[in-house]
Amino acid sequence: MKFTLNWLKEHLETNATLEEISYKLTMLGLEVEGIENPAQMYKDYIIGEIRSANKHPDADKLQLLSVFDGEKEHQVVCGAPNARAGLKGVFGREGVYVPGGDFKLKKGKIRGVESCGMMMSERELCISDEHDGIIEFSSDNEFAIVGNNPVKALGLDDAVIEIAITPNRGDCCGVRYIARDLASAGLGTLKPLKTISYDGTGFQSPIKTALNLKDDNSTHSKLLIGAYIKDVANKQSPEWLQKRLKAIGLRPISALVDITNYFTFDLCRPLHTYDADKIQGNILQIRMASENESFTGVADDKDYTLSQDTLVVADNNQALAIAGVMGGKDSGINEQTKNVFLEVAVFNPVTVALAGRKYNIQSDSRFRFERGIDEQASLEYAKHAVQMILNICGGEASALEIATSQSTYDETFKVPPMAFNPKKVKSLTSINIALKEQKIYLERVGCIVDDSQDIWQVIRPSWRYDIYTQACLVEEILRLHGYDKVEILELPKNDYLPKQVTTSEQERRFRLTRSLASHGLQEAVTFSFLSEKEAKLFGGNNPNLILSNPISEDLKVMRPTLIPNLVSALSRNLAKGLNGGALFEVGPQFQGVKPEDQPVVVGGVRAGVSLNRSWNHTGRQADVFDVKADVYKALESINAPVANLQTITETPTYYHPTRSGALVLGRNTLAYFGELHPAVLKDMGFKGRMVAFEIFLDKIPVAKNKGTSKPYLDIPQLQSLKRDFAFVVDKNIQAEKLLRAVKGADKKLITDVTLFDIYEGTGLEDNQKSLGLTISIQPLSKTLTNEEIENISQKVIAQAEKTCNAFLRV
Amino acid sequence: MEEIKKSAEDSILNAGSIKDLEDIRVKYMGKKGEITSLMKNMGSLSNEEKPAYGQAINNLKDHVNTLLDNKKSELNTIELNARLQDETLDVTLPPYETFEGSIHPVTQTIEEIISIFGEMGFTVAEGPNIEDDWHNFTALNIPEYHPARQEHDTFYLPADENDQRFVLRTHTSPVQIRTMETQKPPFRVICPGRTYRSDSDATHTPMFHQVEMIVVEENVNFAHLKGCIIEFCRKFFGVDDLPVRFRPSFFPFTEPSAEVDIGCSKKDGALKIGGGDDWLEILGSGMIHPNVLKNAGLDPEKYQGFALGMGIERIAMLKYGIADLRTFYDSDLRWLRHYGFKALQQPNLLRGE
Repeated sequence: MKFTLNWLKEHLETNATLEEISYKLTMLGLEVEGIENPAQMYKDYIIGEIRSANKHPDADKLQLLSVFDGEKEHQVVCGAPNARAGLKGVFGREGVYVPGGDFKLKKGKIRGVESCGMMMSERELCISDEHDGIIEFSSDNEFAIVGNNPVKALGLDDAVIEIAITPNRGDCCGVRYIARDLASAGLGTLKPLKTISYDGTGFQSPIKTALNLKDDNSTHSKLLIGAYIKDVANKQSPEWLQKRLKAIGLRPISALVDITNYFTFDLCRPLHTYDADKIQGNILQIRMASENESFTGVADDKDYTLSQDTLVVADNNQALAIAGVMGGKDSGINEQTKNVFLEVAVFNPVTVALAGRKYNIQSDSRFRFERGIDEQASLEYAKHAVQMILNICGGEASALEIATSQSTYDETFKVPPMAFNPKKVKSLTSINIALKEQKIYLERVGCIVDDSQDIWQVIRPSWRYDIYTQACLVEEILRLHGYDKVEILELPKNDYLPKQVTTSEQERRFRLTRSLASHGLQEAVTFSFLSEKEAKLFGGNNPNLILSNPISEDLKVMRPTLIPNLVSALSRNLAKGLNGGALFEVGPQFQGVKPEDQPVVVGGVRAGVSLNRSWNHTGRQADVFDVKADVYKALESINAPVANLQTITETPTYYHPTRSGALVLGRNTLAYFGELHPAVLKDMGFKGRMVAFEIFLDKIPVAKNKGTSKPYLDIPQLQSLKRDFAFVVDKNIQAEKLLRAVKGADKKLITDVTLFDIYEGTGLEDNQKSLGLTISIQPLSKTLTNEEIENISQKVIAQAEKTCNAFLRV
Repeated sequence: MEEIKKSAEDSILNAGSIKDLEDIRVKYMGKKGEITSLMKNMGSLSNEEKPAYGQAINNLKDHVNTLLDNKKSELNTIELNARLQDETLDVTLPPYETFEGSIHPVTQTIEEIISIFGEMGFTVAEGPNIEDDWHNFTALNIPEYHPARQEHDTFYLPADENDQRFVLRTHTSPVQIRTMETQKPPFRVICPGRTYRSDSDATHTPMFHQVEMIVVEENVNFAHLKGCIIEFCRKFFGVDDLPVRFRPSFFPFTEPSAEVDIGCSKKDGALKIGGGDDWLEILGSGMIHPNVLKNAGLDPEKYQGFALGMGIERIAMLKYGIADLRTFYDSDLRWLRHYGFKALQQPNLLRGE
């Protein structure tokens, strides 16, 4: 919401400076977003007069001017075609800042001739785009005095203030209500509205008004006031009005349009004017549209087909306006309009909001109606509007035609009192404010307060719909009293506070994140959505997870897994020549819309170099066992039961079918790891191999909290010993199966089994491979005899044979 | 005896290796060695001569042993020195490759926030990214056609079979409602997480992060809200006297509401947090609106509380001097390494430990 300082002062009697007003606005909750103060911007410029203009000796299009600044003359080289002796314009001396060009004026030579200063164009001063010539003041401009600052002569002696309007302060879409808020905060006094001679009486209007709403629809509108003004002249509006509208970015059109715009911004009172001669019949009414009723907007010249839940203002024949949103083309005013019918109505905010949304129309009128206007003031403002039309366009006004939803006007806009316990101020804010003072604050805001009982009865001001609970009244009191007056208290230390800040699940998630980072992976954060194509590639087919209003096709579907966005991210890095990347992310994936279908999971990808070629080895590309190590590292960091995990080869289709695995614990899949499917990568535009892993945190049992004390550790006193075995097995036998079998051969004494060699080739059949294992044996109470060790070996061999058909390689 | 002594001394002196020395030892001191054999002469001596002779042999033995030991140690040193020379490595070769990843600034900042509020007695709560209309809007006192809703730039998902409408949560505030629905007051909770708005330009991304803070207790008020927020701001930015300003604003779910600014200076394009004569808006807060308490099933006459909502990227950018919001989601490895944090650089997440 923009307004100018002088406009504000039309409603507010104050000596406050612009800075004081700006600070107060912000501290009242009307945050100042910007101030344009031309007086500040042009403070270094002066009005100069060209005393002489001669041709430049070396350039056809340039002239040598002598510019008088009130004290002395300056030589200026100028290319403007309108530069001539006698012209008064804006002169910039050396050193001034030129906003249109973003530079400081320096003395310089132009085509060999010294130039000291510059006569400015409007574009150079950022006043407009005008750059055909330099600014020239007309001879009747009383402020165009050589040597003076040009701001007044330019008509720019008014600061433009822009404030942010929070949704609760629709009233401050009118300058008068901003002034009112400042006055209530003690920054001056609110001036009464100008006294006017029009009192609502006059000749009988040939057009009547009516609220034609039945039963359930009766809440859509409370009021329709009409006034018939005949014999008007819809010429250009006066300069002061044009200037004001221009200052806030509105284009002056014609007096009648400008007047309605002025009321919208001045009093937050949207109006509408019809060409009375275009109204069919003798009644203007508010009614529901008929189904498929057609309507053409005046502002956008677009055709609309209305539905019957839309509220319209209509004549006998057709809809003339979508209530509160936009007027119609057929009844619009223009320069030829002789007789005008003014509409001052009250519409339900929700009705207006719905219509605006349905037909996708934004308008200043809609903006105000849906936030709530000062309904009660409608009658007074109607009279002022009529008066302003008469003042500017002439003519004669009828008596007001008033249709209300209740029997009387006062009854229609009666605000019921609300109970207020003044102790609430202390309980919500801790601040002690005397009852008398509280009452004064409320009254300054515009409330009517009955404090005869302990529980007060308060009637909110008619323009403040946001005041409807006791807390709202507390806020008003606090706002005027000052937030800075509230003391600062520490939160009390309470006994009930839980010891652990995070739940076990959250804590281990943070731990796992840091474990992966310490393992060489960079944590990334990618978007939760992706393209439909990518979602499908990764098994995302749920239509409930497709955004109805995506911001782009690339960000349309909630991701079924973390992998595709990580693949894209890593591809982008590789494309930039950043090899050897490893990325991971911890975040939600989506199977459905219910909370339990949005688990937080871990995903990671690696591609390219995993181990750089170096002086001591040849290096290695990232492969399946890198990501398998990532998974184990992560799982170990959160004390998952890794020893009990089984690797199976069933993985989702986006993994390489023969180079991927799943880690399972009972029925639960804890993780996937492996190469991504080459076809999927190709569809994602990535050539080459990429490995990935996923960890499903919600499937991993949380270690039970057994207190801080760890179980007793019985360190064996005897030395452990190792024995090597080379087993020949069928190629299809998975290593993990043999390792498990061997480890299970003597659960008491065998503490570890490691795989140190895999061999295929000479000496073995084509379908065979040899696996070299080392077992660690830990004697417990006594040293083992050779016989006992041999016994264990035999058990190992027997177990390997039984489960894997393995035999010792000789 | 003197001859033997002389010969042993010469041999030891000239020994070239540990092996030579061992041969010498056997030659003189072995079971059948020359010095050992001198003992055999003992039988031929008178009882008066024996002690002196024995003493002489023992002296000789000690003397030779000492010489042997000294020579051995000398030879050991020579051999070790030779080996050390032989083992020379070029220690300027680069070390073996190790791997260190990094923590994303968003995660780091969330953990910092948790650790500061953790000290003040807060616990962490979370909620779903896809929310229903009730939790994201209606329960938070944002009715269907209220202009406040339009300001949210909401992403919508299709309605379900019961005509229930789902949205991507536009703020973390719905976790307030979920917390109040499931926990009994009193409680102090913070809720960090992803949030979404249909907006994309230099200063907006369609996904970002927020943290919500909520306290519901019988006797907390606006003064505690101020204390709590001031303490957080000063600790987070590490500026003990950071000016913090509260000014009226509007959020549908709080009343009274306050926007919070921190003091800063902007000189020559450089932003400095603390001091100065400028203000930076960093968060919104307020006393929980009675309607919100009611909607979550709490009696506003009995309980009151306060809440804040804060953009995580924004405060991370301010604290760590990150200029461009969009880079948070680019996953550029160089950016992640530069702006990311070491895995071991962890804010303390546990109270009292």
